[in-house]
Amino acid sequence: MQGNTACAEGALAAGCRFFGGYPITPSTEIAEHMALKLPKTGGVFIQMEDEIAGIAAVIGASWTGARAMTATSGPGFSLMMENLGFAVMTETPCVVVNIQRGGPSTGQPTMAAQGDMLQCRFGSHGDYSVIALSPASVQEMYDLTAEAFNLADRFRIPVFVMADEIIGHMREKLVVPDTVTRDDRIPLQKGNLPFRAGDSLVPGFPAFGKGYGVHVTGLTHDERGYPCATSPSVHEDLVTRLVNKVESARNTIASCDVINPDAQVVFISYGAPSRAVEQVLHDIRRDDVGHLRLKVVWPFAESLLSRFANAETFIVPELNMGQIAREIERHTDRTVIPVPKLGGELHNPSDLARLLEELA
Amino acid sequence: MRTEIRFSGFGGQGIILAAVIVGRAAVMYDNKYAVQTQVYGPEARGGASMSAVIIDDEPVLFPKVTSPDIYVIMSQEGFEKYGVSVSGGAIMLVDSSLVHSRPSCRCIEIPATKEARESLGRDIVANIIMLGALVAATGVVSREAIEKAILDSVPRGTEELNLKAMKKGFELAEKVMHG
Repeated sequence: MQGNTACAEGALAAGCRFFGGYPITPSTEIAEHMALKLPKTGGVFIQMEDEIAGIAAVIGASWTGARAMTATSGPGFSLMMENLGFAVMTETPCVVVNIQRGGPSTGQPTMAAQGDMLQCRFGSHGDYSVIALSPASVQEMYDLTAEAFNLADRFRIPVFVMADEIIGHMREKLVVPDTVTRDDRIPLQKGNLPFRAGDSLVPGFPAFGKGYGVHVTGLTHDERGYPCATSPSVHEDLVTRLVNKVESARNTIASCDVINPDAQVVFISYGAPSRAVEQVLHDIRRDDVGHLRLKVVWPFAESLLSRFANAETFIVPELNMGQIAREIERHTDRTVIPVPKLGGELHNPSDLARLLEELA
Repeated sequence: MRTEIRFSGFGGQGIILAAVIVGRAAVMYDNKYAVQTQVYGPEARGGASMSAVIIDDEPVLFPKVTSPDIYVIMSQEGFEKYGVSVSGGAIMLVDSSLVHSRPSCRCIEIPATKEARESLGRDIVANIIMLGALVAATGVVSREAIEKAILDSVPRGTEELNLKAMKKGFELAEKVMHG
């Protein structure tokens, strides 16, 4: 099965019943597959006039209680930024798949990139935090898309599936699990205010039509949901909670593969370049070379770096100019070697093996 | 063992479908692992088209073809673009009715388009003739697997025509191999 089709199937298995968006290469097969399948499951597929409207429709659908998603790439992702901030501020669960292609602008529509990894974290204005997943196989396109809905519901945030053209368009074996675990949003309890959160920092969700009259606004709001845009303390409390509900859970959200934890030289990768690293480790068979493969890139869990106690050097191959290498540098005193790659093709395993030889 | 196969031809010949069918045969019916990729450019019908499939007994790690073991070339432009720099140990199947050049490696000539037109009455099954020849010449997947994968992949009503094309491919390759 193709990666993009597996993504759509994972969403359907997770109970996604709404897709709003605007097709764009190399994500189009996701919209096509959802258009084919959603009506048969009682769901809704709507092609909007552009990506701004696409994510707006997803936010509206989510407030009815439905699991909702969109899929896009490069230019469409840029158009969504303002409304993604609205989803963050209104604590709207939704899943946004970005099959990354070469940018800036229309760039390389049919080639792979990972150039939007900082945009998904910081692209909308203001302080906030989100979750970004990075599939490295067709199987993970299915599994991580399904999991994205659980995380979106649990934290009431947009969750990004940050794949790329290679993973989206390749075909490989997919094993469809018998069941997909569902961890749905917790409903608002009677008597609670709609934006008052307990210890989890995530308030209960008052879906439209369930008996609550809730004001939903992008303005800074109090715990009742009413605009309160000039009180410094209300703003500080709200934004701090929006950030901390994700960041304080970063070690439990983290998901990764660890190979050779005693290694001195450790590759750190996410998404498609992981496949090149796995090939290198398979070919060289050296205990002193390790691999940390991130399935969750944001929030970045710096504790994962200390899983490699003997690491002297981290090598970070990315299909960008070193976006996550920069984040890693922030958290370690070890040498960090970015291996940037632009142009749309994957790192060649023999080039990574040569880099290892040069280090020795 | 990892086997890399590259297909090239022109858009409309079913170059991508051919790779998908081989991958499906390996994964679904031979219990192996496979990854299929293609050059996903804006090529229209008639432009150069390229696809690839990697088959392995173990999970395929690096998903892209680096040094193909087997080539299936169905157009002269496809040869010039993807078939010129081959390793000496590779095997190349060419559609000899459309490809005039010959590689420096071992070459198996299959007049697929000519046979599709003259024996089966439809150019469109030339890719399936090439698939039959590929399987008979290299054994990269089993004959049973390729037959089932073809039946899974072709439009309803064309099964018989496609199986005839596959068998024609078996025959043509056997004739070349055994003289």
